[in-house]
Amino acid sequence: MLLIECPWCGQRDQTEFSAHGEAHIARPTETATLNDEQWGNYVFFRSNSKGLHYERWTHDFGCRRWFNAVRDTVSDQFLVTYKPGEPAPDAKQLTQQLSDATSGTAKVSGV
Amino acid sequence: MKPYSLWSLVRNGISYDKDWQQAWRSPEPKKHYDVVIIGGGGHGLATAYYLARECGVRNVAVIEKGWLGGGNTGRNTTIVRSNYLLDESAGIYEHAMKLWEGLSQELNYNVMFSQRGLLHLAHSVHDMQEIGRRGNAIHLNGIDSEFLNPQQIKKMLPIINLNCRYPVMGGLLQRRGGTARHDAVAWGYARGADDMGVDIIQNCAVEGFDIQNGEVKGVRTSKGLIGAGKVGCVVAGHSSVLAEMAGFRMPLESVPLQALVSEPVKPVIDCVVMSNGIHVYVSQSDKGELVVGAGSDAYISYSQRGSFDQIEHVVGPLVELFPLFSRLRMLRQWGGIVDVTTDRSPILSKTPVKNLFINCGWGTGGFKCTPGSGHLFAHSIAQGEMHEKAAPFSIDRFNTGALIDEGAAAAVAH
Ligand SMILES: Cc1cc2nc3c(=O)[nH]c(=O)nc-3n(C[C@H](O)[C@H](O)[C@H](O)COP(=O)(O)OP(=O)(O)OC[C@H]3O[C@@H](n4cnc5c(N)ncnc54)[C@H](O)[C@@H]3O)c2cc1C
Ligand SMILES: [Zn+2]
Repeated sequence: MLLIECPWCGQRDQTEFSAHGEAHIARPTETATLNDEQWGNYVFFRSNSKGLHYERWTHDFGCRRWFNAVRDTVSDQFLVTYKPGEPAPDAKQLTQQLSDATSGTAKVSGV
Repeated sequence: MKPYSLWSLVRNGISYDKDWQQAWRSPEPKKHYDVVIIGGGGHGLATAYYLARECGVRNVAVIEKGWLGGGNTGRNTTIVRSNYLLDESAGIYEHAMKLWEGLSQELNYNVMFSQRGLLHLAHSVHDMQEIGRRGNAIHLNGIDSEFLNPQQIKKMLPIINLNCRYPVMGGLLQRRGGTARHDAVAWGYARGADDMGVDIIQNCAVEGFDIQNGEVKGVRTSKGLIGAGKVGCVVAGHSSVLAEMAGFRMPLESVPLQALVSEPVKPVIDCVVMSNGIHVYVSQSDKGELVVGAGSDAYISYSQRGSFDQIEHVVGPLVELFPLFSRLRMLRQWGGIVDVTTDRSPILSKTPVKNLFINCGWGTGGFKCTPGSGHLFAHSIAQGEMHEKAAPFSIDRFNTGALIDEGAAAAVAH
């Protein structure tokens, strides 16, 4: 069972949350001029990353608020969670944090 | 290759089973193949088999990073059916069903295909409308389907509890549906392909592509560069990873899907039972174990294990429907990584890279289409153009909007 750190409520059980796919996909602004290819890419195509994944969650059975998370999709380990609107954490730094964590030299939050 | 027969069984029995041939070779990769298939699951192996058998393309390699059938092919709940709502789906899944019906003979390998019948239960007015619409659509496509009332269901399944929390109101039965032995499907195709000269290379991961001027020329593997005229990528949950190596993105999300089996008991259910409404599906293996399919997790993961709460979610409805099962112990539980599309239909397609073809997106329910998928994909690769039954399943549909939206019809996970 995963433990997830809600940025508002703290650490809670996974069953209180639901996942909602990749984060930081901005809706195109020039919608009137988009062609089918651009629309399709925005709506359907995803990075589906093996490794670091930036994603959206909601704390359904808690504060009911949305937040973002970065998780390692190989181990399911949460590296960080943050509020919507906050900038996406740097991938390089998180990768470092992940390799430190697997070699046992650092504590990873939200796990 | 010596065929398997009653005679060979007797002969090898007399010689204490010491003289059985190996079912396939384990060759070192050659420098170049006409076609390289990435992924030694059922779909990849079937593709190689039909390339050699029907398309005259025999200089073929199947490259598998682990062992044959170690992906979703060896992890599924083995349900086979062709009762889908839409015409395109009926086309491809029924094509597979017809191949299943002669597969053991064709391969000279017992895939234990058992048309024991597959029953979808309905628990609400909405469920009744759904099976009504789908059952009639299936019928119009010339595929068998029957409606059952609760009394008929009770007759088929004496141990069912019709008056469970969401009472059973009716059912949709496909008598030609059933199960097959998943490992045997991979092994049978591998043996048949090997016999026609296909090289099956296990423990060899594809780590990149050799792409020149937008055209694939080979694959980089843990055993070195292997040249290829054409490449077919059939890696299920890892399709986005391979696509990224080739420089494009896929309309896929990879999520864990779980299953569990019980201790073996004497025969208690002789058909496959599925319920979309309360979400459970169960059948009994020939060994006597109950094979139970759980739901998929909503988050992307490559961890090959699902979350615990999914197990609880499937065991709850299972014991509601069949109170008898509450006494059984579950012996094993596992997960596979399934590649899910938004419209819940597969992708058989060309890609932005010339001569690189992809077969994926089978998600939670591609075992049933293993023969059909391999057959159509082989013909498409050989021709260089997608077969007409495969053409609607192109990646382009996510840009043109011509989705094949089976989500509503097959919301249950298999
Ligand atoms: C729990 C569960 C239950 C299911 N139940 C059913 C069911 O009842 N009925 C049904 O029809 N379907 C079911 N499915 C779905 C079905 O299992 C799949 O759709 C089907 O088996 C996919 O077959 P495949 O050959 O495409 O993929 P796989 O069998 O997964 O084969 C892909 C292969 O590619 C290999 N690979 C990956 N990356 C690389 C690389 N870089 N280099 C080389 N090789 C690589 C993998 O090791 C793997 O062996 C279920 C799935 C699961 C997980
Ligand atoms: Zn919260």
